[in-house]
Amino acid sequence: MLDPVSKLQGIGDRFAGLPLPIQLEGLTYERGGKRVIDGIDLVIDSRLVTVIMGPNGAGKSVLLRLLHGLIAPTAGKIMWAGRPLDRLLARRQAMVFQRPVLLRRSAAANVSHALSLRGIKRRERTMRVAEALRLAGLKEHAATPARVLSGGEQQRLCLARALSLEPDVLFLDEPTSSLDPASALVIERLLLDAQRRGIKVILVTHDVGQARRLAEDVVFLNHGRAIEHQDSESFFANPLSESARAFLRGGLVL
Amino acid sequence: MSDFIDAFRTAIGLIVTLNPDLVEILVLSIKVSLTAVAVASILGFGIGGALAVYRFPGRGVLAAILSALMGLPPVVAGLVIYLLLSNVGPLGVLQLLYTPTAMIIAQVLLVTPIIGALTRQACQDLLEEYDEQLRSLGASPSAIVVTLLWDGRYRLITAVLAGFGRAIAEVGAVMIVGGNIDHVTRTMTTAIALETSKGNIALALALGIVLLTIAFAVNTALIWVQRLANRLAYA
Amino acid sequence: MVPPVQRHLVLGLIVLWLLPTAPLGLAADDGFILVQSTTSTQNSGLFDHILPKFTQSTGIEVRVVAVGTGQALKNARNGDGDVVLVHSKADEEKFVADGWGLKRHDVMYNDFAIVGPASDPAGIAGLKDADQALKKIAEVEAPFASRGDNSGTHKAELRLWKRTKVDPTKASGDWYLETGSGMGATLNTAVGKHAYTLTDRGTWLGFANKRNFKVLVEGDPQLFNQYGVTLVNPAKHPRVRTEKGQAFVDWLTGVEGQKAISNFKIDGQQLFTPNARPGA
Repeated sequence: MLDPVSKLQGIGDRFAGLPLPIQLEGLTYERGGKRVIDGIDLVIDSRLVTVIMGPNGAGKSVLLRLLHGLIAPTAGKIMWAGRPLDRLLARRQAMVFQRPVLLRRSAAANVSHALSLRGIKRRERTMRVAEALRLAGLKEHAATPARVLSGGEQQRLCLARALSLEPDVLFLDEPTSSLDPASALVIERLLLDAQRRGIKVILVTHDVGQARRLAEDVVFLNHGRAIEHQDSESFFANPLSESARAFLRGGLVL
Repeated sequence: MSDFIDAFRTAIGLIVTLNPDLVEILVLSIKVSLTAVAVASILGFGIGGALAVYRFPGRGVLAAILSALMGLPPVVAGLVIYLLLSNVGPLGVLQLLYTPTAMIIAQVLLVTPIIGALTRQACQDLLEEYDEQLRSLGASPSAIVVTLLWDGRYRLITAVLAGFGRAIAEVGAVMIVGGNIDHVTRTMTTAIALETSKGNIALALALGIVLLTIAFAVNTALIWVQRLANRLAYA
Repeated sequence: MVPPVQRHLVLGLIVLWLLPTAPLGLAADDGFILVQSTTSTQNSGLFDHILPKFTQSTGIEVRVVAVGTGQALKNARNGDGDVVLVHSKADEEKFVADGWGLKRHDVMYNDFAIVGPASDPAGIAGLKDADQALKKIAEVEAPFASRGDNSGTHKAELRLWKRTKVDPTKASGDWYLETGSGMGATLNTAVGKHAYTLTDRGTWLGFANKRNFKVLVEGDPQLFNQYGVTLVNPAKHPRVRTEKGQAFVDWLTGVEGQKAISNFKIDGQQLFTPNARPGA
């Protein structure tokens, strides 16, 4: 059985160094004349899993990419413990995308490549690669061409690759939306374990059930605006906005 | 018609007896083209990868020029290199005119745009899939280029083989900068031109058949490589 | 990726491979000379016969670039050759007069001939007057293939046309076909198009694609074809291999070279008659 407890970092030694709180001030992003992110003011200081939820087109993926620095805002800023996102901070982040992105090489080589980009030396790389594969339950597929693996295996590999980088912050953009339940379960277990070991997990999902299982802090987005920001218990029990209520009910949110 | 039959007979005779003249020009042809392709690959991979990844003003124009140069007529390439290497040219001091090195240089000029443009296209296609993930992993532009080149290796092999095909088959460039000197710069194609001008049609055809056999072998290798790539899901 | 040992091995092999093909010698003593010559001398097979003798005698390798006379002289003007061996006396003398060549020497001669299809539509077979033959060809507008490339043969052809007072270039592309190519290529075109053409004896005798073509007009003194050799002037091009080049000129115009030329035969027929004059 898969053992999600990772040996990659010591428990507790991470909590102190997290770049929190994350402060968004008047964050705006325009694309094609449209305001995809429409002036978000937000403070995330929870060390627990933050889930960004909302209907399709709300801007969740774009917000994630703004936070990770993949795109630049049209206006406004994002501060990490009072600092803007610089190279140093960016190196302490990792992201898993909706569809697994793997290179045309073996599973092990994919992880190794990511580590070498960070400048990790060979011996350390070998250790971390082995640990990542173990975490993902892919030890026997170390030499398999990564793109030959199943969808679930690929996404597990992507997550393990991200974790091998020992990030402070882990972003995930609907990581299990196209996976079978068994793989989704493995991913969720890994996420919870990651959070326990002190990684700030920010997850985008439209799966309400998944949000209930994982979230401790919820941001509800609609039309590019942060409509609600509550702890998950309160949010699921008592959503403050009509759109959130409609969303949780499973209806279409306009 | 009888020329063709004679040609086949002559070709087989030359090959089977390993005719020393044939071997000499064959070896030179392959050496020149192979070397040119090797150099052109290094240049082409670099230029193509950089054009796909780096953003700078004039990028689009450069890419268009590279694509256009794919159609550079060999005789023009030969002329340009001749003017450079001639004794009255800027590089005359190198005394490279009428040597195999000059031929290699001319073919590098011909082949680099082909490999470069095809590399650029391959990297651009790959970038669509990998761009966000690689930037997320913190890859610098140069690291991205290297990653894409390796990832696209099967497409790049195809580009290299295409470049080789162009090099081994051209006559305009090597004729002008090489001078078709017996035992020094005579290649398969220039030998064919010479034998044709001497009226030795059957012999010229025979040489042509040998050349075609090589081209055929190269293309077979290409298909084989592509099949292998597909099998390993590396295509 | 690739372990260091293998990488170095491959690099080493590459360097070894490249070594022979990269002569970066800066002239002077590289053991060879470069001769700019004509397609007619090459196609005849003369060089294959006489050059090995020179190399054996002097140890100097001779590299021949065979292009049209015009191009040969132009290349030599650029210094891309040590010696020129062509057959257009007027142009060669101008070459020397302009300072590009040191001294011109007669080497050998043969003749031109007008060849054509056995059917001979212009009826010129046996004529003793070459320009009369051309006049007849122009009259019936029979196809005629010209070198069209400023070569010695081309210049000779133009001299004949001048005497007919007919300007064939007006019909260029019509019955007058200017191939802009060497002698062999022009002969191929002539044979293919059943066209007459003016050719030098050497190329014709060695030409293997005659089909039904014959020599139709020969023997006219106007068809005299003189070859000359000139050393490129080292004063203009310091990188010229003067010593070795001069050695070649001396050998060619000397007893040994002249004998080698007269020994060269195809099917028992001598192609070139040596006529170098000592001291000239």
